[in-house]
Amino acid sequence: MNRPELQAMAEQEIERQKKFRGRLLYCTSTACVSSGATAVQEALEPKIKLLKDEIELVPTGCMGLCGRGPLVTVQMKDQPEVIYENVTPELATEIIDKHVLPHKPAPITEHVLQTDVPFFTKQTRIVLANSGVINPERLEEYVARGGYSALAHALREMTPRDVCHELIHSGLRGRGGAGFPTGLKWNMVRKAVGDRKYVVANGDEGDPGAYMDRTLMESDPHRVLEGMAIAGYAVGAEQGYVYVRGEYPLAIKRLEKAIRTAERKGLLGSRVMESGFNFRVDIRIGAGAFVCGEETALMASIMGKRGQPVTRPPYPAESGLWGHPTLINNVETFGNIAAIIAQGAEWYSKIGTAKSKGTKIFALTGNIVNSGLIEVPMGITLREIVFEIGGGMMSGRTYKAAQTGGPSGGCIPTEHLDTPVDYESLKALGSMMGSGGLIVMDDTTCMPKIAKFFMEFCMDESCGKCVPCRVGTMQMHRLLGHITNGSATEDDLKRLEELCLLVRDTSLCGLGNSSPNPILSTLRYFRSEYEAHIKGHTCPAGECEMSERPILDLAELMHQHQPVEMEVS
Amino acid sequence: MSVITLTINEQLVSAQSEQTLLEAIREQGVEIPTLCHLEGLSDKGGCRLCMVEAVGTNRLMPACVTKVQEGMNVRTESERLVEYRKMIIELLLSERNHICAVCVMNGHCELQSLAANLGVNHVRYEYVVPDLPMDASHERFVQDQNRCILCVRCVRVCHEVEGAHNWDVMGRGVNSMVIADLYQPWGSSRSCTGCGKCVQVCPTGALSKKGSTVAEMVKHHDFLGWIMNGREKNIWEYR
Amino acid sequence: MTNKIRLGTAWLGGCSGCHMSFLDLDERLLELAAAADLVYSPIADLKEFPEGVDVALVEGAVANIDHVELAKKIRERSKIVVSFGDCAVTGNVTILRNRFGVDDLLTMVYREGPGKAPLGHEADGIIPYLLPKVLPLHQVISVDAYVPGCPPSADRIWAAVTALLRGEKVSLEEELITFG
Repeated sequence: MNRPELQAMAEQEIERQKKFRGRLLYCTSTACVSSGATAVQEALEPKIKLLKDEIELVPTGCMGLCGRGPLVTVQMKDQPEVIYENVTPELATEIIDKHVLPHKPAPITEHVLQTDVPFFTKQTRIVLANSGVINPERLEEYVARGGYSALAHALREMTPRDVCHELIHSGLRGRGGAGFPTGLKWNMVRKAVGDRKYVVANGDEGDPGAYMDRTLMESDPHRVLEGMAIAGYAVGAEQGYVYVRGEYPLAIKRLEKAIRTAERKGLLGSRVMESGFNFRVDIRIGAGAFVCGEETALMASIMGKRGQPVTRPPYPAESGLWGHPTLINNVETFGNIAAIIAQGAEWYSKIGTAKSKGTKIFALTGNIVNSGLIEVPMGITLREIVFEIGGGMMSGRTYKAAQTGGPSGGCIPTEHLDTPVDYESLKALGSMMGSGGLIVMDDTTCMPKIAKFFMEFCMDESCGKCVPCRVGTMQMHRLLGHITNGSATEDDLKRLEELCLLVRDTSLCGLGNSSPNPILSTLRYFRSEYEAHIKGHTCPAGECEMSERPILDLAELMHQHQPVEMEVS
Repeated sequence: MSVITLTINEQLVSAQSEQTLLEAIREQGVEIPTLCHLEGLSDKGGCRLCMVEAVGTNRLMPACVTKVQEGMNVRTESERLVEYRKMIIELLLSERNHICAVCVMNGHCELQSLAANLGVNHVRYEYVVPDLPMDASHERFVQDQNRCILCVRCVRVCHEVEGAHNWDVMGRGVNSMVIADLYQPWGSSRSCTGCGKCVQVCPTGALSKKGSTVAEMVKHHDFLGWIMNGREKNIWEYR
Repeated sequence: MTNKIRLGTAWLGGCSGCHMSFLDLDERLLELAAAADLVYSPIADLKEFPEGVDVALVEGAVANIDHVELAKKIRERSKIVVSFGDCAVTGNVTILRNRFGVDDLLTMVYREGPGKAPLGHEADGIIPYLLPKVLPLHQVISVDAYVPGCPPSADRIWAAVTALLRGEKVSLEEELITFG
């Protein structure tokens, strides 16, 4: 397919969509499917079949407000768009009867989502522009919304050097969490000497509560592929890999279909868009190890080895897959590329803060009114995210902290709610941007217990290669166990803090290096809670049972002939 | 191969550009503890004992897997490094059942002597005391998971030198275990050639000769130098 | 007589091998007797750990509730507490029972064989409660010096004891602090 053919495809699709009197979109992302979207689809399909020339039924990707799913959007000609929440099969039938059919007897008032609320108006959707709007399994719909025109533009009007420089000027930084300037990385791989180069998209999203990458791959797979193809052109690679974790079967299915379709249409494969550029993309499925999100472990896994990290340098840009220069970016980073190439670095660099440009997708979860997937401009404050977009705390409780960056991040307390969300500010607070998990906690949450939760995660996911991470995380987890069950002494807290520094400074990869962050940040802002557990023998949040005693107290209690239940494990 | 200069403990020294920091440091006669490193095997940078400080930054680097670079400035001893090395040994001692008093390697064990060398006279962390198996199915050797520190010298020597790849690692984190074939009893492993190289390179009592009792097992690594010299330089001289 | 050091030795969860090794000081025992009074020891049959002890050598891991109480008393009544031998320092062989639950352990050892011994909790007041986990001494009370070894050789013990008699900190050479 060449450029005019691409344009023709877009026009045809737009014409086709115009023929309908309305479109009925229903979310088919994992979140909505798990809350019953399949039953909604089954209720809608026979009804729409009768209206097949009038109304189009479109399975889409994520619409954002995942906590209220299944979601259905109704777009009728000459009517404002309406989104329905918590849709049941009964409500689905009702939507058709009362809203879609021309002779609507009465409008539905329940389960209607206002679209002019901050949850929608405060967002800036660039990466998620198509998410919840198009059918992710149809290339035409992506193309109709400008898809693959950025690739066409890059191939015809830009040199690989131009592409890299455009990205440098855009200020885009890696969305996997560390925030390395993407353009610089691309330029490094472009300049690296090698007869073969690779492009890898990291879709091994593993942070608890995070599902940005999954949603992007499920809702707009072609956007990721287009970004990768542009990358391939810019760095001189002919082979790309999307590394997706095995727990994301729907994302894998959609990507597979998208790759096949794109190859058939000449948008991937040999002589992409009739140019001299070849680019194949293959999927590699992870077996469920969190550490494979670390780039060197991920590449080991792609090469069929045990998924364990190796020391950098050499960096992948120099020596990656099979020793060849390799560009590895997060899926969300690739999701930004087409928009930047199509609309220009200048446009992109106007969004965000001085050092953090563009938007960031967050998975907003926890004790919050609106939980779901949001895309916001960098520099927005946490307060806006939690209280405006998120709608504040559930059931009137008080905000206590927000956890960003998953097991590598930290907790941000009330006094820092007005901090702008960008790479540097979050780091200064002892947390990190991370891949985009944002867990909001209220005053019933015990901070040492949260730290223990994340430490358990890190302990379970440690690959075992280096001693500080393998054994250190386990010992930190044990110490947190003592703190939260009431058997800890002040010595234990001291040992915990020492271990945090050891594991941070000496671990081999980022998993270990950042694993103490949840402890360090909760100690920084909520030290009194740790002390209350140890000295006061109470859990201020009331979450911990505190059923045990330090060993020396035990002797005393025994001495007083009080029966003490000792846990035998 | 070019020559570069770097600073080790405030001493300006020269090194070959292909050398690792560890080689350059040891060449200067500076002592630095290692456990997973063994001359003749590839390095994995797992034990983190050879971490050195990059002067002027807060950063630590594993000397065994870091290549020397022009202008590098490192310190091999500092209060922090000494403390971290002790902690790492303590973590290892807490992880599995290293009961020196009843171990075949008592008195010859690298972990035991390194602990003493670094001044570890007690362990601050909770002893985990895991329930781990022994495998005495091999006719000449015994594997004892209780003593294993997962340095994977055995895995590397079997793969890199013997070429049999009998050993590999199963599981992850603290549940990692060195296993024969796909978790077969060692005695029924079809890939094991029975050469015993793994036993000789094992720093602790995790691999031993059958029939040895407490403190009887002594190991020799020098065969590695002999084999490597022979293969690479065609010098077959046992030094 | 008045400036003699008040020395106590205690025996917790261990095999008494450390005390045997202590007796292996042989003729050095006379030198020790001249400088110290043995005010508490399993080899001296004194029932109560006294007040005002200068140096306490504690053998054995902390395995039951009586050990915890004695350890606590030793700490309160001694200026310097020495973790004496591998069981006190590391838990050593004593700690190997930690992989079993206490009830399982008692059943295995005392009830599955011939005869019937009471389980720990059935024998309240007769047999001290076993702790769910055996602990090295320093994980129960704070310890001032460590003399590892199973048993620590007489030379090791002598090196530590003479330092203490001189009023110095125990700082043993590398070859004197190996475990095992």
